[in-house]
Amino acid sequence: MTWPEFWIVVLRVVLTFGLLLVVTVINVWLERKILADMQSRIGPNRAGPFGILQTVADGLKLFFKESILPRKAELGMYLLAPFLAVVPAFLIFMMVPWGRPFTINGHEVALQGADLNVGLLFILAMSSLAVYAVVLAGWSSGSKYPLLGGVRATAQAISYEAAMGLAMVAVVVFSATQGEGGTLSLSEIVERQSGTWGDAIPALEPVLQFVPRWNVFPQIVAFIIFFLAIVAETNRAPFDLVEAEQEIVGGFHTEYSGMRFAMFFLAEYVNIFSMSAIAATLFLGGWNGPTFDGSVPAFVSGILPTVYFLAKTYFVVFLFFWIRATVPRLRYDQLMQLGWKRLIPGALGWLVLSTLVLSYRQFGVPWS
Amino acid sequence: MGLIKELIKGLRVTGGTMVRTIAGDELVTTQYPKEHRVKPQRFHGRHVLNRYPDGMEKCIGCELCAGACPAQCIYVRGADNDPAHPTSPGERFGFVYEINMLRCIFCGLCVEACPTEAITMTHLFEMSTTNRDDAIYTRETLLMDRSGNVPHMFPDDELADMEELDTADGWLRATAPSGVAAYEGVTMWRGTPGPADWSPEPSQEERDRSSRAAEPSDG
Repeated sequence: MTWPEFWIVVLRVVLTFGLLLVVTVINVWLERKILADMQSRIGPNRAGPFGILQTVADGLKLFFKESILPRKAELGMYLLAPFLAVVPAFLIFMMVPWGRPFTINGHEVALQGADLNVGLLFILAMSSLAVYAVVLAGWSSGSKYPLLGGVRATAQAISYEAAMGLAMVAVVVFSATQGEGGTLSLSEIVERQSGTWGDAIPALEPVLQFVPRWNVFPQIVAFIIFFLAIVAETNRAPFDLVEAEQEIVGGFHTEYSGMRFAMFFLAEYVNIFSMSAIAATLFLGGWNGPTFDGSVPAFVSGILPTVYFLAKTYFVVFLFFWIRATVPRLRYDQLMQLGWKRLIPGALGWLVLSTLVLSYRQFGVPWS
Repeated sequence: MGLIKELIKGLRVTGGTMVRTIAGDELVTTQYPKEHRVKPQRFHGRHVLNRYPDGMEKCIGCELCAGACPAQCIYVRGADNDPAHPTSPGERFGFVYEINMLRCIFCGLCVEACPTEAITMTHLFEMSTTNRDDAIYTRETLLMDRSGNVPHMFPDDELADMEELDTADGWLRATAPSGVAAYEGVTMWRGTPGPADWSPEPSQEERDRSSRAAEPSDG
């Protein structure tokens, strides 16, 4: 590895990390604003213009508060758990391509933390790892409510992880038919969603030439299942049984305070954004969109893909907030029923169906 | 399928509310220190001692209000008017008039009892103090001035600059005793007692008619 290559890697990671931190600060504020609007209120409006610095103020407050150590806590795990929550959350977003690659002095810089060829697998691994943070935090606090929250987290995460993975598999199988061979690399999956459906199906070009070649159109069922699964996976309302305030105080983070609590909070919002980014990448074409190369200044067409990516991601983020403002929390048995009786069979059925259709289109009937 | 129908129904409610709130149609919040909500006509706020249009005090020091007060928070002493320079048109006037606002239950019985309508209740409600002694309103605080305005009970504590509230620590700076010198002597007190410019209340009959027009009956 040469020095320029080294600095490019540093630049990619720093840019991705910085983007994630900035949007997380904005997201916390945005959620409070949107919830307020949906409840005919104003929301935060004191700190900064439109209250946009509210998150910074809250963060500062938490930073200076005392981090209480419960006497009965298992100290090692108790101190480790917040980091276990934050690190996977950040690592997940490192896989997501959030802009078109550009060149500096002949070196290509991909706007992506790291382009693993097993990107999707890595995402699944990290999101499973994040559950450990919740479970360990709940267990090590030495208190009954966090323990209940941790127990709930195990069951909930396992059930919805399966549905999420199956929905992802459907996309991977579909994506494999759209280019040369199958791929788990997110940048490759994004690449295969460029253009319009008119290019892919020439017979229907007049109709489909305005429809972007996003996976969401043929894979709408997988998208719905994936969305429900990521809402549950990030422990957001209406699936927030892990931290259900009315039932088990604060759930797994009841005994946490100060900066350690802030890290759980940060991880939750980072997870919302990165999961939405993955949904946008897998189903909504990532950073693809018209860039008007040549007719607008180069930096505009360079920044437009990032704008498209953020717009699509925020569409999914908005769905998160909208659902939260609308639907009451599920009962625990309802959660399990939705997961095991609806989503997993649904995802399996859809996987089989879409695979059959795709293999028929590629190979014809097996008995011919 | 019924579940999805219900979900979409719910999403429409929240989404519609959001659009209407951003447009400003459905916002229920009043930005209190900057905007004052219009109080109901019969709002029981702090008391005021009224004057006749010629500047004479209405209070004749009869102590009926003190007798009617169930909380026994009113203390009145009457004194004879100076025949050359009378304070009130009657024989006597309220020489001492004190209301202990910590005991007052704002029932309005003193207003009922007053034979000359000297004591009435205003729409003013900002009465917090940092000192129990300050909660005893004296004649000077209760009596309206000759132009019909109610004096602020603590002239030093008035908030001077409403723009100050836009900053996060605006309240602190504007209300601290060691606050900015620029606030000295500047008033933001809205001393309207209320009753003076009331329009007459609609009669029950009128109200029934207007509510019937607004909500068509089911039958």
